[in-house]
Amino acid sequence: MYQYDQIDQALVDQRVAQYRDQTQRFLAGQLSADDFKSLRLRNGLYIQKHAPMLRISIPYGLLRPDQVRMLGRIAREFDKGYGHFSTRQNMQFNWPKLEQVPDILALLATVQLHGIQTSGNCIRNVTSDHLAGVAADELEDPRPWCEYIRQWATLHPEFSYLPRKFKIAVTGSPADRAASRVHDVGLHLVKNEQGEVGFEVLVGGGLGRAPMIGHVIREFLPKKDLLAYLEAILRVYNLEGRRDNIHKARIKILVKALGPAKFRELVEEEFAAARDTAPVFDAADFERIKGFFAPKSYEALQDLDVVSGKPEEFRRWYQYNTRKHKAPGYRAVFLSLKSPTRPPGDITADEMDRVADLAEQYSLGEIRSTHDQNVLFAHVKQSDLFALWQQLKLIDLATPNIGTLTDMICCPGGDFCALANARSIPLAKQINERFDDLDYLYDLGEIQLKMSGCMNGCGHHSVGHIGVLGVDKDGEEWYQITLGGSTGGHDASLGKVIGPSVAHDDVAETIERIINVFVEHRQEEERFLDTFRRIGVAPFKAKVYAPAHQAA
Amino acid sequence: MRQLIKQREVVVDDWRYADEDPVGRERALILPFARWQAEREQWWLWDGRLGVRLGPTDPVAELKNDFTRIGLVAIEFSGLAEGRGYSQAALLRSRYKFTGELRAVGKIQRDQLFYLARCGFDAFELPEGADLKVALTAFDDFSVAYQGAFDAGGVHVQRRAVG
Repeated sequence: MYQYDQIDQALVDQRVAQYRDQTQRFLAGQLSADDFKSLRLRNGLYIQKHAPMLRISIPYGLLRPDQVRMLGRIAREFDKGYGHFSTRQNMQFNWPKLEQVPDILALLATVQLHGIQTSGNCIRNVTSDHLAGVAADELEDPRPWCEYIRQWATLHPEFSYLPRKFKIAVTGSPADRAASRVHDVGLHLVKNEQGEVGFEVLVGGGLGRAPMIGHVIREFLPKKDLLAYLEAILRVYNLEGRRDNIHKARIKILVKALGPAKFRELVEEEFAAARDTAPVFDAADFERIKGFFAPKSYEALQDLDVVSGKPEEFRRWYQYNTRKHKAPGYRAVFLSLKSPTRPPGDITADEMDRVADLAEQYSLGEIRSTHDQNVLFAHVKQSDLFALWQQLKLIDLATPNIGTLTDMICCPGGDFCALANARSIPLAKQINERFDDLDYLYDLGEIQLKMSGCMNGCGHHSVGHIGVLGVDKDGEEWYQITLGGSTGGHDASLGKVIGPSVAHDDVAETIERIINVFVEHRQEEERFLDTFRRIGVAPFKAKVYAPAHQAA
Repeated sequence: MRQLIKQREVVVDDWRYADEDPVGRERALILPFARWQAEREQWWLWDGRLGVRLGPTDPVAELKNDFTRIGLVAIEFSGLAEGRGYSQAALLRSRYKFTGELRAVGKIQRDQLFYLARCGFDAFELPEGADLKVALTAFDDFSVAYQGAFDAGGVHVQRRAVG
């Protein structure tokens, strides 16, 4: 992965010094709460319900073992002993003290971690495919481009005070494991008719209130024009995006108001006009960056039969929690952060230490966070899988449920977040208790359940096959259910609301009724999403709102 | 006397805004963009120095033929949430090759100065009461940058340069 040089390190160190000064000015009453808010957010610090929340950037989800150990140390010394992986591959701490944050950031800087631009109205962490570099279906590794964009976006002088936050995702695979179609900008590495690789550029996707799927505004952008084109998009947005209403300030609203065709025209005009002054592609620097992502030196191995003669439990884990690797004899392994007793995405300090050790032993010293709030070991020898599985079981990270209903995405919700209307973590518990039969989960196949505590949509509910959204009704927690959302590839779609919200205690029951309708109508091994698309919302609606004695 | 930061020094402002001197007795006057547009011909022949003050929605492109006459452009900021001025400045310096004084005015604070300077601002009129001497240190918050920039006078600064 990318290694900092003196320039990268100096920037992060100087950022800590700057933030320390800003914090001191705030504590001394020289900086108003409002002005400080804008500055602390740019370093990832929110003021939450019980305490501040600090969000640490994990660029495109890549971590070294020493970085994971440092996150563990922060959790232990400055928090309550755990951290939370977010849906944007970052890590959040829920209990730091505001006056200690400069010290936390200083410690993080020693291992090249920071909170720069993890919040605020600026360009956020660039996210990518968690299987980048190892997936067999990949056209090209997107991570060098992510790093190239990360550097350009960091403290960008012109685009640090945008109308609203701005999220970019890059993917090199048609499967789009980065949910790029629901980002402000989605970049897809594609090949044109001449066989050259460049980018398909999408703009205006997003979740939250008014979820939208992004529009293609450039079918093929030569690689060398990437930053120039991004600058054209950002400049049009910075000048034309609304600043009078926080709920209408995202680029998706501008794209919708102008129409994608008009927006594209403005971007192309700006791109052409800026031709002489826009950033020039620095091929030498890009090659330097790319060098850090060269394929690992894998041993020359053969694919093995790793399951024969092994316990059924291991075979299930192999089937659900490991993925094909492009190097023979290797697998990519998910560490599930979705065990029944764990709030989705949470990991303790001790577990972080152990994960760091295991990554060194079994995965070439690399750890990845996924946007589904799990951890991935990308380079595990097939001959090590059984030993790794045994180790992971000891720390509750081997629940064989990746891709199933209980591998659910869930924001911190009303238990922590000041924005939330409703809690989401207790729903995860409720659902885990109701769907505790693994064999049944396996029979149901791939189902993505995504839950958010409010319409800001950190839990990506709008693109869940089943989405659950917390709403407030006269101070009570209610939940709106949507069906049929998807982030996958070219068939990305937004979920449809099935009807009135349901009470907190009825969520698991409602999901069970939905599942029963699916089972009743399912053809052969059909996925939930495909059944829904075939039969529509009506059969689900009929059962979900039926009196109890008719619902079975 | 109003003080401001210019070329990284604290100096006394030798310009006046049109509402401070409506008839133009002073020899250096900053007009609102709308007034410049309405009275362009008449002011062009005036014998003092002229500047124009832009609000966040004023299109900078409309000044592109005026820089033989206009020596200063002031761009307004209403607070940290107002970011259009950064793009207006970048356009003035990079596309329209404006080399005169580019002044940030309004509710600006020292935490913005590093960004503003890299977009091409070379003068900073902070709100009354701001400690300008302390603010001067903010230009050195970072010694490195990942972006090229058009600094004061339109000089191009390399990306990943150690300053």
